[in-house]
Amino acid sequence: MINNPVLRVIAKIMIPLILLFALYVQFHGDYGPGGGFQAGVIFAAALVLYAMVFGIEAAERVIPAKVLKVLIATGVLIYGGVGVYTLLLGSDFLDYNTLAHDPVHGQHLGIFLVELGVGITVAAVMISIFLAFAGRGARR
Amino acid sequence: MIDEQLSVLAVVAPLLAAPLCVLMPRARWSWLLALVASVACFAISVRLFVLVQSDGMIVTPLGGWAAPWGIEYRVDPVNSLVMLIVSGISSVCLLSARLSINKEIDSSRQPLFYTAWLLCLSGLIGMTVTGDAFNLFVFLEISSLSSYVLIAMGRDRRALTASFQYLVMGTIGATFIIIGVGFLYLATGSLNMADIAVRLPDTIATRTMESALAFLTVGMGLKIAMFPLHLWLPNAYAYAPSVVSAFIAATATKVALYALIRFLFTIFGYQFSFVEMPLSAILAVLAVAAVLVASTVAIFERDIKRMLAYSSVAQIGYMLLGIAIASQAGVTASIAHIFNHALMKGALFLALACVVYQIGSVMRDDLTGLSRRMPWTFGAFTIASLSLIGMPLTAGFTSKWLLVQAALAAGWWMIALLVLIGSLLAVVYIWRVIEIMIRPPAENAPRQEAPLSLLAPAWILALANIYFGIFTGINIGSAKAAAIWLLGGVS
Repeated sequence: MINNPVLRVIAKIMIPLILLFALYVQFHGDYGPGGGFQAGVIFAAALVLYAMVFGIEAAERVIPAKVLKVLIATGVLIYGGVGVYTLLLGSDFLDYNTLAHDPVHGQHLGIFLVELGVGITVAAVMISIFLAFAGRGARR
Repeated sequence: MIDEQLSVLAVVAPLLAAPLCVLMPRARWSWLLALVASVACFAISVRLFVLVQSDGMIVTPLGGWAAPWGIEYRVDPVNSLVMLIVSGISSVCLLSARLSINKEIDSSRQPLFYTAWLLCLSGLIGMTVTGDAFNLFVFLEISSLSSYVLIAMGRDRRALTASFQYLVMGTIGATFIIIGVGFLYLATGSLNMADIAVRLPDTIATRTMESALAFLTVGMGLKIAMFPLHLWLPNAYAYAPSVVSAFIAATATKVALYALIRFLFTIFGYQFSFVEMPLSAILAVLAVAAVLVASTVAIFERDIKRMLAYSSVAQIGYMLLGIAIASQAGVTASIAHIFNHALMKGALFLALACVVYQIGSVMRDDLTGLSRRMPWTFGAFTIASLSLIGMPLTAGFTSKWLLVQAALAAGWWMIALLVLIGSLLAVVYIWRVIEIMIRPPAENAPRQEAPLSLLAPAWILALANIYFGIFTGINIGSAKAAAIWLLGGVS
């Protein structure tokens, strides 16, 4: 599809907007609808569009498979790490109140970090699944 | 302080070690990390087991939300015992995993293999410790999805279809379970198991509750491999990597059985499940059918892993029978058999892992003369087999004895007789294997004993079979305590 100028131009305009919207859904999730999962999927959608228009190889140059693997693990570690950190602070697992001096700030920080972890893992997993299916046959 | 959070740590240790395994640059390091996490989990389980024996139930809220709203973990006499088995078996299997997996899975995929293993472990531990019905479903899915992956990694390409078959059946089971949990939530407005149990009597005699019980029993039945729903199991066990067979056979169905016990006795209660609903009769018929049919099929299996898989279906029959009797003695026998069966199937499959490592086949005809070619492996296999049959002085005897006693005490003479017939069938299928193994080998067959790191785990479990057959304090004693705790006033 790389030869179709309409697709190429529209994709180039859309992808930054999709990425920006993903970040909005990610970081506005505390106040409005949204959160890590939705943001991760939207973020991945941008890369899926990129891969569909410019080809799998181009997408793999943007995010190599190795990086994806690390990102998948990192997101889970961020989520679990927050839980372990609150345990170390002497409260329950994932009790955000103790993360800051003020429980309200603690809750903000906690949900922010946890959703960040979710977002990273979901985006990376979605892209990996797409590349795994789309890459079949292309590589062999 | 730390004691209260132990149940959380038991789940979190393998859960966080799993993504770290992905990041490990070498397969060997990820194996080491998996082993460390699993042993840590086992150590925590031992500590929890001791604490529960002395001080009773330990309740841990999560995330700072109090019980009916938030999720809480409850460790009590029943699940502390199950945790002990699951984490213990996982640790022993991981000990032998390095060599066995080096041979069966190429090194680039090994870190992911250990990741799936740890996820499966943490899912199983989570299922046992959680006190929340929905959380149980989530952990069930974590353990199931990762066990599909583990099974699909088998050398044989048939592992893929076996895994897919398990995936389809497992997903149907999980769907039934979530529908059941949904009905419970609909009727009581709560997901906390203890809270549901308190609220349930108001709505117990409704069609909703009856369907909830039916959905949960069938759903768990699929996961347990209860007799007519067991068809996924033989292929899954037969084509999985050797140590995975040992791990899954000894833990996954047991934890699902524990979950069934939890739903039947803790949530619905003895009165509803066994007096108002005809669950006793249904489970008893299916259990006896499982023992007889699966044992008979096992006799004609040429692939020993498949034979042991069918034997597992039969052994699950014994456990279900104990639940069907629904007396303290019956449930004691059932829980004790969960423990003992994990030991014997673990030992048998680990012994087969040695055979696969050295000979590369587990077809009956390829094992001629195994007693001379691999005497130590043969020894471990034999001890575990005797335990499987139910020889006195082995663990298998103690729980079968209790089961027969419980059946007799309930006046189920026929059933007790059928249990004994089942044991005789076990003698037949085990003897057919042993008989081939003790035949003289082909003239120049070399002695090719498996390396120590594969033999030792098999022997640890084989000796555990003898130890727990003689000193029954931990398995029978705490199973009895668990049954009393579960059934309360019902004798």
